[in-house]
Amino acid sequence: MAALEGGLGSRLVHAYRRSEAARGLALLSPTMLIMLAALAAPMVLLALYSFWTQSGYALDTNLTLAQYATSIGRANYRALFYRSLEISAIVTVVTVLLAYPMAYFVAFRAGRSKFVWLILLTIPFWTSYLLRVFAWKLILGYNGVINSGLMSLGLIHQPLEFLLYNPTAVIVTLAHAWAAFAILPIYVSLEKIDRSLLEAAADLGDGPVRRFLRITLPLSLPGVIGAAVLIFVPTTGDYVTPTLVGGSSGVMIANVIEEQFDKVGNWPLGAALAVASMAAVGVATLLFVGAVRAAAGRIR
Amino acid sequence: MKRTTGGAGLLVYAVFYLAFLYVPVLFLPLFSFNDSPFIAFPLSGFTTRWYAQLFADTAVQGALFNSLRVGAAAAIIATALGLPAAKALTRYRVPGGSAVLGLANLSLFIPEIVLGISLLVLLNVVAVSLSLWTVVLGHIVICVPFAITVLMSRMEGFDRNLEEASLDLGEGTWMTFWRVTFPLALPGIVSSLLLCFMVSFDDFLIAYFLAGNETTLPIYIWGQLRFPYKLPAVLALGALILVTSTALVVIAEWIRSRGLEERRHRMVGA
Amino acid sequence: MSGFLRIERVTKRFGSVVAVDDATLAIQRGEFFSLLGPSGCGKTTLLRMIGGFEFPDAGDIFVEDQRITDTAPNLRPSNMVFQSYAIFPHLDVFDNIAYGLRRERLAKADLEARVRDALAMIKLEGFGQRRADELSGGQRQRVALARALVCRPKVLLLDEPLGALDKRLRESMQIELRQLQRDVGITFVFVTHDQEEALSMSDRIAVMSAGKILQVASPRVLYEQPNCREVADFIGSINLFDAVVEARDGADALVDAGPVGRLRIQADEPVGKRIILALRPEKVTLSVTAGTVKGTIAAAAYLGERSHYNVAIPGRAEPVSVAAQNAERVAERGHAPGDTVYLSWPAGAVLVLPRD
Repeated sequence: MAALEGGLGSRLVHAYRRSEAARGLALLSPTMLIMLAALAAPMVLLALYSFWTQSGYALDTNLTLAQYATSIGRANYRALFYRSLEISAIVTVVTVLLAYPMAYFVAFRAGRSKFVWLILLTIPFWTSYLLRVFAWKLILGYNGVINSGLMSLGLIHQPLEFLLYNPTAVIVTLAHAWAAFAILPIYVSLEKIDRSLLEAAADLGDGPVRRFLRITLPLSLPGVIGAAVLIFVPTTGDYVTPTLVGGSSGVMIANVIEEQFDKVGNWPLGAALAVASMAAVGVATLLFVGAVRAAAGRIR
Repeated sequence: MKRTTGGAGLLVYAVFYLAFLYVPVLFLPLFSFNDSPFIAFPLSGFTTRWYAQLFADTAVQGALFNSLRVGAAAAIIATALGLPAAKALTRYRVPGGSAVLGLANLSLFIPEIVLGISLLVLLNVVAVSLSLWTVVLGHIVICVPFAITVLMSRMEGFDRNLEEASLDLGEGTWMTFWRVTFPLALPGIVSSLLLCFMVSFDDFLIAYFLAGNETTLPIYIWGQLRFPYKLPAVLALGALILVTSTALVVIAEWIRSRGLEERRHRMVGA
Repeated sequence: MSGFLRIERVTKRFGSVVAVDDATLAIQRGEFFSLLGPSGCGKTTLLRMIGGFEFPDAGDIFVEDQRITDTAPNLRPSNMVFQSYAIFPHLDVFDNIAYGLRRERLAKADLEARVRDALAMIKLEGFGQRRADELSGGQRQRVALARALVCRPKVLLLDEPLGALDKRLRESMQIELRQLQRDVGITFVFVTHDQEEALSMSDRIAVMSAGKILQVASPRVLYEQPNCREVADFIGSINLFDAVVEARDGADALVDAGPVGRLRIQADEPVGKRIILALRPEKVTLSVTAGTVKGTIAAAAYLGERSHYNVAIPGRAEPVSVAAQNAERVAERGHAPGDTVYLSWPAGAVLVLPRD
């Protein structure tokens, strides 16, 4: 700094020092650059790839919609999109519905043990996702925990075959693996509710049920929506769960995308499938959030 | 207000929910001590031979070492990126600040498979070969949101007048950071390091795409899931990972809550 | 004991702290009744027990002879204006005010009419579509008021509703509230720690301290005839002198008031009784020539309409506070620090308070 000459240089430095925005941007720039380079740029590149074609070992960079035509045109791909969205939607609804009473309990009833409950609920969130999915493979398997347990208790004589390697197994596993993700956003928005609002509602005549429906529920909606989006979007693209417990009937879109990058080597098609699935998820999410907000807006 | 009826019902639900969260995972340590290569009831007696088998396995050691290195690197870099960003977002009015925050948090809302393949594509285009460092890069992308969230909440927690007082008393910006901001933000920094490490350590999919010929622990485990005779050893590994992550989470939360306590005491004292 | 709203021997404990200690009150229909006291005296807890947000550990509460002690808040004939106003953030002003009316299943036109009347009453016509964060503090306070009143409660409870407003707004709201109460005719129970506020608005005031009700009386009686040192000290400012009754002379008592000297006062206390003499600053006159007690001006403050003086009396640590109306235009300064003055007061102006 000392080497800068007077005049323009020192005026620039002076302006920098005085400008809060400039200092703030300077602090943000490393993160911004990394995220642009490692997140934004790759996504743009991926989108570009989806308009190219793989011919043999070479990459044909003429822009074309052929990959999208394949992604949407082929019936089995379309079915896969649909199934992935369906599975994720069911997982989201189940997880959020199950998580809400739990979050409500911690926010309103836990009293002094709130902190303990939160830690207990946070711990599974941080344990290995892979292990959690794997645990369900052990539980639902042909010789797995449920079957061997029920057989040793004499309740069944043949192992149940319907437990594993189907979409239901995927749903159960995903619901369990993502349960922890649902609790925290809902809890945070419930916790933020000013308790005097509930007292005011009671004062104005509402019993506990009406208080919940007219005050607590609408005010916790941002948290519920946040939890839903946090679960819905990543689960549509889940790879581990369908691979371990889905079998051939529980295949999801991520499996097909991975194939393109691994065995098949058709990166453009994989990119197109990825972009198409994100678009589908995006549209579905917007529709869902819009519908929920509209319904909530009618609550008076 | 009077407790409404059904309070007991909610408690029962909460307990069952907690059980639902934990029980499936607890089968891993349970069967890791089971004296049978089959994961099935009835239990066959207690043994630690799977653990012995695990510790003797050099492939595991290699993968573990890789995971530790990658985790440490990703945690340190993500935290180092998150700290100035958190400071900028909580202390300064920056135009477009919320856009940058949105960009940083974006990775939470994109499926990991898309993150993985998009980085694969980028690295291919710039002709960088896959290695542990590319894994670190991918992990930084998923860790930064956690780092920023933890650090922002920590920095919002303490009075910005403290930094202004330091400047007023003569310290420059860098020394103010070193003498005031950094020590006060320390619990947040430690928390961020621990959480980012765990996110990286447990990540499978991004490592799978970006590791090339290298192996991290989750990749190793994935590979082992095909060989039934090695299964109990994998369970032993899983059990150890569970115990360690639990301990780390508890420590991180304890540190974070200590930070909150300080804040409360300081506010009361003022 | 008769009364529209009766509180009988109500006690409330939080852990080892007794927040309200054996409180008994009878509030009349249509009264503007205030609970006054310093922070922590239990007034808000008592109010919340009337509203149903806390439940007494002992005692009962009656409205029109109906026992409401354990009733849930939504079933009580009272409505509350909360200290934080508690305006629902997800509803606009219209829906906030209409909130308590929804369950009555009124015809749409009736509901709208009532809400519009309420908006007119609080002078916020046209604000129906606004949301909570678009309102100023004073506006939110009025919405909270309208929301509570539109339900036509028998009792309106107000928990320090004017505390968050600036001075000028507070004073104009005080007048408005008082007028509103007279127009509407509903019984108001008003909690405040500001004694000027309570004095100017209330029909009667209950002064509380440390969970106990010290005195219940009209503002004038509280000011002129406080029943104990605490009430005297809390309402307005007052000079307190320790004294002992030395002798009696008919209806008068001759007391030894230490540095203030020997005084003759109208009192019933027997010989030997230790008492406190209380004297309001505005009852004391200053003279440069003669008076009961001689002292020196320690401090003088000119406040426009009146002047305050602190007069140091030999033998007494605390100066005597004197408030003199500036009734005449004074060309020069009034009394200045260092001046020798004489204090005197009318015989009947001295209050006798018990000394424990």
